[in-house]
Amino acid sequence: MELRTFKGGIHPPHGKSFTEKKPIEKANEPKIVTIPLQQHIGAPCQPLVEVGDKVKVGQKIGDAEAFVSAPIHSSVSGEVKEIAQKHTPTGQATCIVIESDGKDDVDESVQPKADIQELSKEEILKAIREAGITGMGGAAFPTHVKLSPPPDKEIDTVILNGAECEPYLTADHRLMLEDSDMIVYGMKVIMKAVNVKTGYIGIESNKPDAIKAMEEAVKDEAGIEVVPLRVKYPQGAEKQLIYACTKREVPSGKLPMEVKVVVNNLGTAAAIGNAFKTGMPLIERITSVTGSGIKEPKNLRIKVGTSFKDIIDQCGGYEGKTGKLIMGGPMMGLAQFTDEIPCIKGTSGILVFTEEEARLPEPQNCIRCGKCVEVCPIGLMPLYISAYSLNNMLDKAEEINALDCIECGSCSFTCPSKRPLLETIRVAKSEINARKRKQQQK
Amino acid sequence: MENKLIISSSPHIRSYESIDKIMRDVVIALVPALIASIYYFRFGAIKVLVFSILGAVLTEAVIQKMMKRPVTIKDWSAVVTGILLAFNIPASAPWWIPLIGSAFAIAIVKQIFGGLGHNFMNPALAARAMLLASWPVQMTGWVTTGPDAVSTATPLAILGGEADPSAVLPSLTDVLIGNTGGCIGETSALFLIIGGIYLVYKKVITPRIPLVYIGTVAVLTLILGSFDFTYMVYQVFSGGLILGAVYMATDYASSPVTPKGQIIFALGCGIITTVIRIYGGYPEGVSYSILFMNVAAPVIDKYTSPRVFGEVK
Repeated sequence: MELRTFKGGIHPPHGKSFTEKKPIEKANEPKIVTIPLQQHIGAPCQPLVEVGDKVKVGQKIGDAEAFVSAPIHSSVSGEVKEIAQKHTPTGQATCIVIESDGKDDVDESVQPKADIQELSKEEILKAIREAGITGMGGAAFPTHVKLSPPPDKEIDTVILNGAECEPYLTADHRLMLEDSDMIVYGMKVIMKAVNVKTGYIGIESNKPDAIKAMEEAVKDEAGIEVVPLRVKYPQGAEKQLIYACTKREVPSGKLPMEVKVVVNNLGTAAAIGNAFKTGMPLIERITSVTGSGIKEPKNLRIKVGTSFKDIIDQCGGYEGKTGKLIMGGPMMGLAQFTDEIPCIKGTSGILVFTEEEARLPEPQNCIRCGKCVEVCPIGLMPLYISAYSLNNMLDKAEEINALDCIECGSCSFTCPSKRPLLETIRVAKSEINARKRKQQQK
Repeated sequence: MENKLIISSSPHIRSYESIDKIMRDVVIALVPALIASIYYFRFGAIKVLVFSILGAVLTEAVIQKMMKRPVTIKDWSAVVTGILLAFNIPASAPWWIPLIGSAFAIAIVKQIFGGLGHNFMNPALAARAMLLASWPVQMTGWVTTGPDAVSTATPLAILGGEADPSAVLPSLTDVLIGNTGGCIGETSALFLIIGGIYLVYKKVITPRIPLVYIGTVAVLTLILGSFDFTYMVYQVFSGGLILGAVYMATDYASSPVTPKGQIIFALGCGIITTVIRIYGGYPEGVSYSILFMNVAAPVIDKYTSPRVFGEVK
């Protein structure tokens, strides 16, 4: 069978063998959680509790008026100790620090939702928002926003992203093996919310067991199809996945709804499923704790707010000399400067490299080999955008579509001269965007 | 945490490819033809090779020291230029010809414009053009293969009628394996092709430029040679076409980076080569055609940018 895919792309080393065969374990109960009030794209939440308050598991402790935002819930029962600005994996944010009483008392608000057939579209969207669901793939965009296209945009397809093309990460893979019904239930909620009959679950073909498990789970579901995808990075990038599943191309600068598609990570679907079945909002997630810098790599179900340090300790601690600590995968993850930061809704992986692996290569002259052009999944010319960026020629960079870059990092990965291509393209993008904002204000 | 963590922008992993690996692969690909050149042209070939490679590497080191840049002779790129230039020089040339040529290639064509990747022309070819213009006699002193090394004509000169009318065209087998007069490295088409296949296999080059270039010459010489198949085969396998198409036109720095651009570039090379060979004053047109298209490469890149995903027409 011919596997569906996209043009361009790379084949980085998988690194999945560390954890792909390890069943999901529950992380140790944290004694203290540090829950950031901003874990999503959009407006930060305001705290709903004060220092000294008693809170319970699943209790809403932060919310915002803005539409593009997602409320925050407590992952433990206990007492609020501190509300202060702290380091998080994505920068800094106001955090609510809660000391657990170890009882795990569940809040009264946590009640299973009615059967989805009886709920209206609006009720479903409201429930998704109230459960604090955000994209679990990494970007953490509030899911209810994604599922609320403007009335003039018709949606006809829902795609679940199970590609997990990031090397090392296996959280989605394990989730498919161990909780496929929850994923499918969540998918049905999503399909109902956007009133769609067709759904695809895209999975890279290097996970045949997951493909089998999901096919089994959807065999009685009309309209839902599992799509095996070619193993290639970035197969799980939104626009590339849509193209592979439907052959539709999202226009440059536009959202997937433009081609009548909504894409969600399958972890997100499972979180939605859980929120409807048990009523428990998004307070924990599955994370691959992996890499050669970790003694015992594991897939863990981690409560939001648990510190990286506690998690790494549970995995036997650091192996060898630690060089780099990354939240997410090696291609798009964020390097961290400390392990005293909390896991958040978007923590798909905790990846540790030894000093040797993490050593940064010395960039050399661009030899114009054109490999970055061959691999770019968007069809850009990274070498030229990078050169314009370095010479501060923003107009030129914009002219050759710098803003279309999806920051997958394939160019930097493949460059034989080890040039910081993506890094410099990012600079160009943010400068161009900043300039645009300035012009709009005028 | 006992030690400081490294912070950098993603991606956090890099491929194992590197400049010196690529350049080393090019050298490996050139070895069969290099051995053939020594076998056919004996001491003459060794002399040309040694002075050319030494000249290239030493010039690179001296210039980089003078310009206070890091010395990069270990990346093998100067060795590649040295071998390629040597391949473009006849065995009878005096020792100072390859020396001056390689010094010119590295100093003037490569380093002055910023070093590796910044040369707008292929250094070895530009040097060959300079040598041919400055010392035309020394650069065209073709000799026969083997120990006697008496003067002879190249197959292309015989084919084009520029040579002594008494000269006999060598057999096609001799042309293929390189048992003919010519520059030391250009004659053995077979070994050059073997090296080319290695480069494609190693993904150092794509077959785009060589195939389109050689294909264009084949089609045009077939048509312009009034469909004489033998004439076409001689045109393809003799002279510098294979060497140029596989190793010179594919030079990263001086060829387009876009797939479409590479095809246009190779087409241009093929057309100009054929026109020079058939209508021009020289029997050979490979080097000038590539140099000409080198200059056009940036413009070609500009107008052949790949289609951007989701581009609205």
